Amino acid sequence: MFFDIEVNGKIIKARNGDTILSALDRNGIKVPTLCHINDLPPNGACRMCVVEVEGRQALLPACSHPVEEWMKIKTHSPRVVKARKTNIELLLSNHPDDCLYCERNGNCELQKFAEDLNVRERKFYGKKNKYKTDPSSASLLRDPAKCILCGRCIRICEEVQHITALDFIGRGNKMQVGPAFNRGMNLSSCINCGQCIMVCPTGALTEKQHPGELQDALHNPSVKTVIQCSPTLSVTLAEEFGLRAGKDMENLMFAALRKLGFDYVFDTSFAADLLIVEQAAELLSKIKEKQPMPMFSSCCPAWIKYAEQARPQILNLISTCKSPQQMMGSLLTNHFSQVEMISDENLYSVSAMPCVAKKFEAQREQMTHKGITDVDTILTTRELARLIRLNGIDIQQVEPELADLPYRSRSSAGKLLAVSGGLTEALIRTLHFMITGKEFTQPKIQELRSTKGRKEFFIKIGEYNLGFAVVNGIGNVSELLDEIEKGRNDLHYIEVMACPGGCVAGGGQPIHPGENHSRARSKAVYEVDEKEPIRFAHKNPSLISLFDQLLEKPMSLKCQQLLHTSYEKREVML
Amino acid sequence: MPQTLDELVSRYKQGVPESLLPLLQDIQDEFGFLNEEAIIRVGSHLKLPASKIYGIATFFDQFRFVTQGRYHILVCRGTACHMSGSFNVLKELEKILKIKEGHTTRDGYFSLEAVSCMGACGMGPVVKVNGEFHKMVSNSSIQTLIEQLRKRA
Amino acid sequence: MLRNERISKPHIYIGTGTCGRVAGAYDTLEATRKYLEENNIPARIIEVGCIGLCSYEPILDVQLPGKARVSFRNVEAGQVESLLDDVFNGHLPDDQVIGQFQNDIHDPWDTVGRIDRIPFFALQHRIVLKDCGIIDPTSIEEYIARGGYQTYLKCIRNYTAEKICDWVEESGLRGRGGGGYSTGKKWLIAHNSISDQKYLICNAAESDPGAFMDRAIIEGNPHLLLEGIAIAAYAIGATKAYIYVMAEYDLAWRRLKIALEKMKEYGLQGYNLYGSGVDLQLYLVKGPGAFVCGEETALIKSIEGKRGMPESKPPFPAIEGLFKKPTVVNNVETLSNIPYILRHGPQTFNAIGTANSKGTKVFALSGKTEITGLVEVPMGTTLKDIIFRIAGGIKDGKEFKATQIGGPSGSCIPAHQLDLQVDYESLWNAGAIMGSGGMVVMDENTCMVDMTKFFMNFLKKESCGKCIPCREGTRRIHEALENITKRSVNEGGHETLERFKGIMQLEGLAEVIRDTSLCGLGQTAPNPLISALTWFRDEFEEHIFDRKCRAGVCKELRVYYIDVDKCTGCVACLRKCPSNAIVGQPRQPHFIVEEKCIGCGMCFDVCKFVAVTVK
Ligand SMILES: Cc1cc2nc3c(=O)[nH]c(=O)nc-3n(C[C@H](O)[C@H](O)[C@H](O)COP(=O)(O)O)c2cc1C
Ligand code: SF4
Ligand code: SF4
Ligand code: SF4
Ligand code: SF4
Ligand code: SF4
Ligand code: SF4
Ligand code: SF4
Ligand code: SF4
Ligand code: FES
Ligand code: FES
Ligand code: FES
Repeated sequence: MFFDIEVNGKIIKARNGDTILSALDRNGIKVPTLCHINDLPPNGACRMCVVEVEGRQALLPACSHPVEEWMKIKTHSPRVVKARKTNIELLLSNHPDDCLYCERNGNCELQKFAEDLNVRERKFYGKKNKYKTDPSSASLLRDPAKCILCGRCIRICEEVQHITALDFIGRGNKMQVGPAFNRGMNLSSCINCGQCIMVCPTGALTEKQHPGELQDALHNPSVKTVIQCSPTLSVTLAEEFGLRAGKDMENLMFAALRKLGFDYVFDTSFAADLLIVEQAAELLSKIKEKQPMPMFSSCCPAWIKYAEQARPQILNLISTCKSPQQMMGSLLTNHFSQVEMISDENLYSVSAMPCVAKKFEAQREQMTHKGITDVDTILTTRELARLIRLNGIDIQQVEPELADLPYRSRSSAGKLLAVSGGLTEALIRTLHFMITGKEFTQPKIQELRSTKGRKEFFIKIGEYNLGFAVVNGIGNVSELLDEIEKGRNDLHYIEVMACPGGCVAGGGQPIHPGENHSRARSKAVYEVDEKEPIRFAHKNPSLISLFDQLLEKPMSLKCQQLLHTSYEKREVML
Repeated sequence: MPQTLDELVSRYKQGVPESLLPLLQDIQDEFGFLNEEAIIRVGSHLKLPASKIYGIATFFDQFRFVTQGRYHILVCRGTACHMSGSFNVLKELEKILKIKEGHTTRDGYFSLEAVSCMGACGMGPVVKVNGEFHKMVSNSSIQTLIEQLRKRA
Repeated sequence: MLRNERISKPHIYIGTGTCGRVAGAYDTLEATRKYLEENNIPARIIEVGCIGLCSYEPILDVQLPGKARVSFRNVEAGQVESLLDDVFNGHLPDDQVIGQFQNDIHDPWDTVGRIDRIPFFALQHRIVLKDCGIIDPTSIEEYIARGGYQTYLKCIRNYTAEKICDWVEESGLRGRGGGGYSTGKKWLIAHNSISDQKYLICNAAESDPGAFMDRAIIEGNPHLLLEGIAIAAYAIGATKAYIYVMAEYDLAWRRLKIALEKMKEYGLQGYNLYGSGVDLQLYLVKGPGAFVCGEETALIKSIEGKRGMPESKPPFPAIEGLFKKPTVVNNVETLSNIPYILRHGPQTFNAIGTANSKGTKVFALSGKTEITGLVEVPMGTTLKDIIFRIAGGIKDGKEFKATQIGGPSGSCIPAHQLDLQVDYESLWNAGAIMGSGGMVVMDENTCMVDMTKFFMNFLKKESCGKCIPCREGTRRIHEALENITKRSVNEGGHETLERFKGIMQLEGLAEVIRDTSLCGLGQTAPNPLISALTWFRDEFEEHIFDRKCRAGVCKELRVYYIDVDKCTGCVACLRKCPSNAIVGQPRQPHFIVEEKCIGCGMCFDVCKFVAVTVK
């Protein structure tokens, strides 16, 4: 039911059940918010969204106050603006003046509101709290000094991801955010998904970076630098350059990377194709051998850590395939380096990922050879964009280029790994071929393309009735795991991606406060799949020749050596 | 009768988050303070993440993560006691014991805490040592008191 | 023989409420026990709660068979023997008698005045405190003998829940926890919201510094509260009720525990009570200590086992409260009024008080009055009556300066407003709030800047930290006040500027904190500052411009000097001075160099010859 309210002297429509904020939003009136997260219940902590409502003595928080029929609202009256400005000034009184040295400089909500509200001097002098940064995590850096205690990270981690690695500690102005016992993040139950980074309005939560080492490698002539780019990257990098979300810049990106000084440039989608073929083979053999079902996907390192710490009893059900990043890393050190005759110490392997958990994954013991990590540095989409800007490269002006041999080509199936359900779709295509010897005629599976947190799909392939489930957002997984532990047995393959929506919404992607770009990004990936000639992983020509030269066939001994890994129970502060 | 952590925990039903505070209170009453082991144990029993329990325990004044001194000294910092000079008493205690409010002396004899109103406002400043009240304390009487306690300790 | 009225052996009552214990009531109790034993007197000792005369504690009452009960003040352990000797010999020592309780059954003592006629009691109207300090709080029998629980049983047998809500609304009772919202209306909302489960919560958090009404009610007469809770639960349709008591209130906790067990024994708790079909379960919850948990949404979260951070309202608890079910949160005093209202009818209650504030209000009176303690007065009583007639005026003949009412986030009321009536409207119009009932009286030796700083420090420490204005704002206000009470090292430069700036910003900041904070704590946090600035601006200006504290409280602003006539030149002060501000030769008078002195007072403390004085 709609009714009228008055906002800033004009009548607008509001709906029953609206908060003031949602009514204003729908009518294009912007009110600043610092603690609100779209689609989560309001929490009313920051008081930035306050508005003046006639007849009310106090200012009301738009994000949590229901809109009522009689309301006459002023969203930017002098009183409101003064209140907001004072709140920002109060925050700044306990904030380091560090913008110039801050990861979020230029994309910080606190900075933006300070600018919008014309804060031009430090108003409140006084003591600032002293904090220690927490560099213990392989993926995240926590700098509590920059934290404004909005609670968004806590809520995303608890209410969406159901991990609850973080909470407020202490009370009042001594309060801070941290894991249990205020110990290091590395000891906590954090699965490194990075969703907290995505909602943090400030530089208090950022990805862990090692820029110096990479720069040295790039400028050391005797070191060969190699970079692989995740399937997602080409459709999200554009956003970092102010272009529309979903613009595909695959070949521009490859060219820019060469300009950056990388000696070889690869597309992780190639390894994704490899993963699909290998994992399809693994699944098929498990089905044939009547091994315990279902089999879980293994390409999301955040999911793997979750299983290791929270559900060790199912570790034997997880596919042993490495993730595409690590398959590529393994090929580079074990195959490519031999082909190109580069010694171990002279190969510097970099990957560009939408993900911060990959930083953690690369450090897993199982992902090293002779004590050296297969992949040396992992850049997020954001870091890569910064590197491109730093080197003065105008990515829109470069001439498109292709990835390097011998892993040049890819199928669009590999590309699909960027989205939730994509892996399963790609896997079914290859599985169909492996079982029936014929290509799947309807490669697009609409059921798996919805934005739901959990999707299921059942299909008969050859003699097999197969069940597939797709979970995105780690918070949706425990229910399904419970069902399976209780004896549910109609499922054969389960894809789990820790980030809601999959890697398109990964923790290393461009940050747009308050906006969700994963739909546009996913659409771009599906468009690639629509228009590309090769839609089946097993038809990737580079992959076929790799099998010919090195791997022989899926699940061969060579494959076992290079492409598979193992998991073990992990003790954390749950 | 002293109880083990397990005995205390098992008195509460599994997976009932609202038992958290009483359970933590029981543990603290029994052991004098909380520690990581207790919190993790409670967490797995009540199905609550450790971060939450730690967050809750640090929110409330009652919970401690360090042992109390053999003599736990509470100084009332309520309004009436403030007017009769409890601030000076607290400062004096900090000086004599060489610790700040909220801490325990290194020898473990004394811990000092400021609380608001102990409900005897007419007789301030009020100081409570291990449950025993002392009314109308002054800087000199507090000195004598500490000396007496030291001798006993 | 349930009522202690017709007794065959002497009864001795000792107030062992918290304040009694602090004053030494346990020693008195021990001494009494010993005395009776040694003298072979078969008397009964009964521990009672507090009667409200804190400064008279330890209080001991004696009731001899057939004789009226007499109250004695300040009965320390050492005095027990002589006092009881006298009493048992029929002689009452004048200097310790407070008065006697009178009724038709007992012979009054002829030399003793009636206790209800002494000024302290004469102007009071006791409804909730009526039996506090008089009856045995551990005896449900005594409560029942005085008509207790009859009202509850009548309610569940004869009246509909709705009717009760209506009556409570008609009585005009408003929440005594601070908000002053109509209790009957609140009940009706909860009564009318449909749910499989509803809850009643009794808010006994009471962590205001300087408030102890609720504690005294529980310690003195727990069954009164419990009967109120039982009726309230029935009226709103709650089958479960929680009592949230501060963890520090160990005595109140124990008394409640005993009382709950007795209720069970008497079939007043459980299922299908007295065949009425009404269920009632009562739970005790120990509040683990945070002032903000007195706020109802924070309290609810704390019972749920969460961090006690307040939530935005709406939704109000009466619609969505504990475990997301309709919940009424009521204060101890509010609920303790209920049995009276339903027993005597809403009209009787309604007749007490002013147009919009009905009934009585209990105040915890502390500070610089002659008598400190608990008073219960009809709404509309003037401050002057409370402070000068009931409490006997200011101690030591000092001058009244102000009274702070409404707890830490209340306001101060200056001398020229002493005729103000205490009721919701009058206080509101004067820019003050009723709060929960703390009343602190200040005399000329109180520094208003220091008091404001004290309250801001409290609020700063107790802010839950959820919202920006309260978390960061209270701290900056406190800092600004610290700055003006601190001696600055260098008067010339930056620091002075900061001090001025801080003060200039105070009022604007206060307004934003009040306007934008999430819960009552933040919304009222600026009150002490605003009211002190309104009425005592000159004191603030003195601190800022003249660097002077007229009450001599702000230690660092004191100016010290050495009286040359008294100084023996012992050099003790010179050695101790942390800023080398003292000059002098041994055995010669010393001097303080004012510019160097930081006002620490060390010299004052160490000088054995009282040569150091404060200007
Ligand atoms: C910071 C804060 C502290 C409070 N503390 C108490 C308290 O200690 N006791 C109390 O009864 N109400 C307290 N209240 C008021 C409660 O929120 C609530 O209004 C009250 O318990 C309702 O009961 P009533 O309607 O009977 O007054 C407090 C409110 C705030 C904002
Ligand atoms: S978090 Fe924002 S405001 Fe703070 S230093 Fe970084 S950019 Fe500046
Ligand atoms: S924005 Fe201002 S402070 Fe920052 S670098 Fe530019 S000129 Fe300097
Ligand atoms: S990275 Fe993910 S799991 Fe870790 S704290 Fe952030 S949201 Fe929680
Ligand atoms: S770390 Fe970031 S998201 Fe979390 S509370 Fe602090 S500012 Fe908010
Ligand atoms: S879903 Fe993708 S981006 Fe997110 S943690 Fe997993 S692999 Fe990384
Ligand atoms: S006003 Fe203060 S106490 Fe209330 S929610 Fe905000 S920070 Fe917490
Ligand atoms: S008050 Fe302190 S600083 Fe001043 S003279 Fe005395 S000892 Fe020295
Ligand atoms: S301590 Fe007193 S007597 Fe001794 S030198 Fe100082 S002022 Fe003089
Ligand atoms: S966005 Fe409304 S209070 Fe933070
Ligand atoms: S203020 Fe100290 S006991 Fe109340
Ligand atoms: S007489 Fe007991 S509270 Fe004061």
